[in-house]
Amino acid sequence: MCDTCGCNLTPGNKHLAFKPVPKGATAVSVLKGLLAKNDDQAVHNREHFDRRGILAINLMSSPGSGKTALLEATLVALKDEFTCAVIEGDLETENDAERIRAKGVQAHQIVTGTACHLDAHLVHDALHQMSLDGVDILFIENVGNLVCPASFDLGQHLNVTLLSVTEGDDKPAKYPVMFRAADAMLLTKTDLLAVLDDFECDKAEAHLRNLANPAPVMRLSARKDLGMDAWLAWLRAQLAAQRARVAQGQSRRPAIQSDGMKYHSVTA
Amino acid sequence: MHELAVAQALVEQVDAVIDQHNAAQACMIRVRIGPLAGVVPELLASAFPLAAAGSRMEHAALEFIHAPIQVHCQTCGAETDAAMNRLVCGACGDWHTQVVSGDELLLESVELETTPSLTPDP
Ligand SMILES: Nc1nc2c(ncn2[C@@H]2O[C@H](COP(=O)(O)OP(=O)(O)OP(=O)(O)O)[C@@H](O)[C@H]2O)c(=O)[nH]1
Ligand SMILES: [Mg+2]
Ligand SMILES: [Zn+2]
Ligand SMILES: [Zn+2]
Ligand SMILES: [Zn+2]
Ligand SMILES: [Zn+2]
Repeated sequence: MCDTCGCNLTPGNKHLAFKPVPKGATAVSVLKGLLAKNDDQAVHNREHFDRRGILAINLMSSPGSGKTALLEATLVALKDEFTCAVIEGDLETENDAERIRAKGVQAHQIVTGTACHLDAHLVHDALHQMSLDGVDILFIENVGNLVCPASFDLGQHLNVTLLSVTEGDDKPAKYPVMFRAADAMLLTKTDLLAVLDDFECDKAEAHLRNLANPAPVMRLSARKDLGMDAWLAWLRAQLAAQRARVAQGQSRRPAIQSDGMKYHSVTA
Repeated sequence: MHELAVAQALVEQVDAVIDQHNAAQACMIRVRIGPLAGVVPELLASAFPLAAAGSRMEHAALEFIHAPIQVHCQTCGAETDAAMNRLVCGACGDWHTQVVSGDELLLESVELETTPSLTPDP
């Protein structure tokens, strides 16, 4: 029996014949974000936060820009006001989580091994190993990397991107995907500006505006306690805004969710 | 880099499409990608065979549709082309713009190979 050329057909059985469908290609239109699975998990993570009224903030920067130092200073400053918790993402070591715990704050370390970024599944696993009751602000310190963390939604409400003054003021122009995703840009280690002659805070801000990003830019030094008040005030305002959203049954996705996607889902 | 993670997500999604349509395998996969998605097409293309090894799409061709960067100006309303690190309005120069194209990372379409099957003659 040959199903492809019809040689088994006779005039007598032709009316019963089964016509072979050519082994062919059917084009199926999908139009779905490639990272849809991560994004679905991120939505679930955000539900965890919103149910408890937690504000979740994702901190991103190059390695060593001062994320953990900023957290140490911030946690001490907010100690009597809010309950905070921290998720630390690093390729190796528990060092950053231990630095946070030394400040008396709950910290969970995610050791990513080879993965150079956190994703929503890693964060979800961490959430289920933490006690989130009573937490007001959850900080997620992403793996130090200016490239991939920007592509993965973790379920956070806000992205904060740090740029230390030793890195050069043109970083937003060189890493536009990362800086476009920032809901706030922090220029860190400003105590070192005095010894550097080529970092201009205004230029860094101009590069950020060239990315059409209206995010506030704050200049601070966590080690020398400079400019911390504006940052702490911003955090208080963001927590209040999150509480107002939760009361309305609303949530917020960070700037990482592209405006373009909204346009495309309308046409899709 | 993260392109392997993206390639693995792509394989999972195409796998689901193959299942949904009871197909044998995928022979062509089209991905729409913009420079602002943060994924390098060349790196994704070289990560894809690793992620697809042994799957029902290991022989599929991966094709990219490159989305140009375009912004809509909230000040003057113009829609203009823009560069990756200069997303300002091409008409009036204002930076209050929205990216309308260039940040997508979409599985656009899949061509499936159906196994030869018999269907009744109409
Ligand atoms: N002068 C100065 N040094 C700082 C400041 N903040 C951090 N540092 C130093 O910068 C180095 C890196 O700081 P960390 O806080 O560990 O940086 P990080 O971004 O958490 O680093 P990774 O987690 O490895 O990506 C340390 O030696 C800090 O002491 C600051 O405000 N001023
Ligand atoms: Mg750190
Ligand atoms: Zn990565
Ligand atoms: Zn859960
Ligand atoms: Zn990467
Ligand atoms: Zn304009």
